[in-house]
Amino acid sequence: MGMNSFQLLNGLTFAALLFIVASGFTLIFGLLRIVNLAHGALYLLGGYLGYSTAIATGSFALGVLAAMLGVALVGLLLDQTLLRFVRGHELRQVLLSLGVALVLNDLALVVWGGDSFTVPTPDLLQGAVPVLDTFYPKYRLFVLATGVVTFIALWLLLNRTRLGALIRAGVDDAEMVEASGVNIRRVFLATFVLGSALAGLGGVMGGAFLALYPSADAEILVFSLAVVVIGGRGSLEGAAIGAVLVGLLNTMGQVWFPELAYFVIFGPMAALLAFRPLGLLGRAV
Amino acid sequence: MKRQLAWLLVLLAAAALPLLLSSYHVDLATRILIFAVLAMSIDVLAGFVGRTSLCHGAIFGVATYVVIWASAKAGWAALPAMAAGVLAATLVAALFGVLAVRTRGVYFLLLTVALGMVVWGVCLRWTTVTGGENGLRGQDMRPALLVARENFYWLVLAVAALCSWGMWRFVNSPFGLSLRGIRDSESRMRALGYNVPLHLFVGFAVSGFFAGVAGAMYAFFNEYVSPTSVAMAQSVAGLLMAIVGGVGTLFGSFIGAAAIILLENTVSWYTDRWQSVLGLVFIFTMIFAPEGILGGLRRLAASKGRTR
Amino acid sequence: MTLHRRTLLASPAALLAMPAIAQQAPIKIGVLAPLTGVLASGGREMVDGVTLFVEQAGNKFAGRNVELIVEDDGSNPDTALQKARRLVEQAKVDFLMGNLLANTGLAVAGYVRGTGTPYFIPIIAADELTQRGRIPNVVRVAGYSASQTAHPLGDWAAKQGYKKVATIGQDYTFGHEQCAGFSRVFSNAGGQIVRQFWHPLNTSDFSPYLGQLASLGVDAVFAMETGADATRFIQQYANFGLKQRIPLMGAMNTTDQSVIRTLGAECEGIVSAAHFAEGADVPATKTFVEEHVKRFNRIPSLYGFAMYCGTMWVAKALEKIGGRAEDRAALLTAVRETELDNSPLGRPVKLDSFGNPVYDIYIRRVVRRPDGKFWNVPFASYPAVSQFWNYSPEQYMAQSPYSRDNQYIRQN
Repeated sequence: MGMNSFQLLNGLTFAALLFIVASGFTLIFGLLRIVNLAHGALYLLGGYLGYSTAIATGSFALGVLAAMLGVALVGLLLDQTLLRFVRGHELRQVLLSLGVALVLNDLALVVWGGDSFTVPTPDLLQGAVPVLDTFYPKYRLFVLATGVVTFIALWLLLNRTRLGALIRAGVDDAEMVEASGVNIRRVFLATFVLGSALAGLGGVMGGAFLALYPSADAEILVFSLAVVVIGGRGSLEGAAIGAVLVGLLNTMGQVWFPELAYFVIFGPMAALLAFRPLGLLGRAV
Repeated sequence: MKRQLAWLLVLLAAAALPLLLSSYHVDLATRILIFAVLAMSIDVLAGFVGRTSLCHGAIFGVATYVVIWASAKAGWAALPAMAAGVLAATLVAALFGVLAVRTRGVYFLLLTVALGMVVWGVCLRWTTVTGGENGLRGQDMRPALLVARENFYWLVLAVAALCSWGMWRFVNSPFGLSLRGIRDSESRMRALGYNVPLHLFVGFAVSGFFAGVAGAMYAFFNEYVSPTSVAMAQSVAGLLMAIVGGVGTLFGSFIGAAAIILLENTVSWYTDRWQSVLGLVFIFTMIFAPEGILGGLRRLAASKGRTR
Repeated sequence: MTLHRRTLLASPAALLAMPAIAQQAPIKIGVLAPLTGVLASGGREMVDGVTLFVEQAGNKFAGRNVELIVEDDGSNPDTALQKARRLVEQAKVDFLMGNLLANTGLAVAGYVRGTGTPYFIPIIAADELTQRGRIPNVVRVAGYSASQTAHPLGDWAAKQGYKKVATIGQDYTFGHEQCAGFSRVFSNAGGQIVRQFWHPLNTSDFSPYLGQLASLGVDAVFAMETGADATRFIQQYANFGLKQRIPLMGAMNTTDQSVIRTLGAECEGIVSAAHFAEGADVPATKTFVEEHVKRFNRIPSLYGFAMYCGTMWVAKALEKIGGRAEDRAALLTAVRETELDNSPLGRPVKLDSFGNPVYDIYIRRVVRRPDGKFWNVPFASYPAVSQFWNYSPEQYMAQSPYSRDNQYIRQN
């Protein structure tokens, strides 16, 4: 069976979602040196917030907004409270974020129960349209478009604004930036909040076609880890390449090697890490 | 001499436990010992090589799978099955070691997460051998002498004591000291002519061997294995035990394992929110007691010693 | 009734005081259910089902107080095993009930084989537990074996004139057994199973499978999904435009109330087979559904129903033996001989000689209610279906059990 256009689209739309989630992850990892293992929990939380808002208001757009703002706020609190205590200790930050993930997920279970929910999409995005030689769901094409827009927006932010310039400089050498008289803490905070908001956006986007349920956080986290590790810490382009690779590998793995589906993703990732520990586009610090 | 006497007393006290405890609590104590060995194997890397691993749960689980498979499917006797399990875990650890020696810090952590995921994925999907989601069940795996849980506890205690001694000797051997040198400054050790990757490789393999011993004992304890035994949660639990006990203290792992397992056992009587409790333990340990219980006690003792 | 573990700590000494008092001590029931993890919502409904019955019974079975001790199995066999040990050895429960996932049930069954504790499994459907691998103290009260309801659905599908069908199922025992039951009967009735897909539990994205399903040219699809997988599958099946093109049949869990409760029109019209249908026009069923809605504000799912009936079954057996829950042999015999005639099913049910109930099986369809919610309404029925379909038990069990590689598909 060949890789027809249908499977190709499946891979690409999944990749778009992975990019949205992983771009936030990689920015935080790149600049703050925090491997935020609570990123998946933020994704799930965003999805739930978006779901509740969309149900209450009947508006998908408001759901997206609520998710991004709500999760950004959680990110802000996280950065200003808990992470304060462990600043500068890479491993303590990782393990602390792991604890945060456990607590957030459990809280979500208490608040939303264990049912699986799907964020309702607007009528405009329902149904399928003819694409190439097949029919394809509009919503998934919308996710693909959102992924591309997110990439462009982030690229412009990083390459055309002062904040972006500071972030890029900070990824390469945070101390240099600080020495030049910039309050790097503010840049850190902005990045953390932005990265969290992207997780929230991903939660609503994914929650509308992959459903929200306990343990959805771990699944998306593992995929995002793979994307960031393959792409390289802090690299937006790397995250995009990583997302497309993981998205396509995942689709191909399930179609061609169902027994080895996970191996198809994590085998190459482990091999890559072993020989290029910094990922495809990662740079040494 | 005094020290050896103290250890002997601790060991005797531990051996006397089954005389005081109910059968259920003997099981609990057995579980604590098994997980303490796993936590110690993680501490060998985390505390003495400066490499925090999140794949030791998978290495542990490989041994459990192999032992149960050999016993239930291939009909092997207990001892060869156990040997096969430990060997398999050591080989897997050696392979992981080859891949992981070039990384450090969070990259090492991420790589071990990925490697653990590979093991988990294989156990989950290679249904013809692993039973997939259903896992594998063994039956009457223990030799007749060890069926009684007190007897099994004593065996596990003996093995755990041997493993502790072995790991203690390892980290305090000249080889272990050079590992500590690598932990403190890799470039200096390289400049001094040490083969750093080889050292890391051996450290990883030895640590994996002990994780495998724990996993093999767990096979006889549980007589059941499923993908959850190799999932990341298992590695996380082992690491948390090592951290709570005190990274770099080795024997703190016993305290850590006991604290976590007893806490889980108590908390879940009162609430279903065990995940939250576990998360809070993580958070508070990282913020307030990153050196763990035994590490904290040692620091206290040391500061008292200084003031005197 | 106090449905919590705290009660257990009240006064352990009092429980041991005297034999005469022991007679008055409460009957202790250990309930295992997944309250966290992927299946948390199903687990909560299991506990609801038990609670509802115990409350209705005035918290007393055969004149003795009932104490429920609920433990979370975390949807995880290792945890289930650990909690079962604790319930039996530390809490000293009289019997165990529950578990949802087959692997948790198999793990606990393996354990009680050694202790002899009665273990009732209204949800665990693994065929083996009441067939070749049955354990005397494990009884499937008010439960069903996985392939029991899939057999008649295969027959129904063939009679619909479907010639080519593909199956998709979760890659574990429960999925293997249901798909095999369906495929065996369907292909033996002249149908063709074009292809079978197996995917891991918790598959978030079904698109790779849907792409292949769409291009096979089949007349219908049989889907064996539980929980969040079922939600996603039904939704994505509709989103990819397959719903209009290829009729969908499901295992009973695929369209269970716990799944379709949060779904919209995507689930309408899916056909499944089950012994229970919450939308059945049967007085006893209606009463049960009303009471459940009143108490929990939810239409009952299969989980709630099964645990409710299972508890009812054991309670009835306990009445017969004067509430002597400690007498394991008497309890097990009484349970096996009990015929349940006042359950929400509205028809009497009894166990076959292997400890599995014999049911009238409904063929049901998901229908929209006037209030906009969806439920399963029966439109056909197969009377007295046992776990062996129309094979004799001896003939059936002489063959190797259903598994991924043993689907008994006849090539037509």
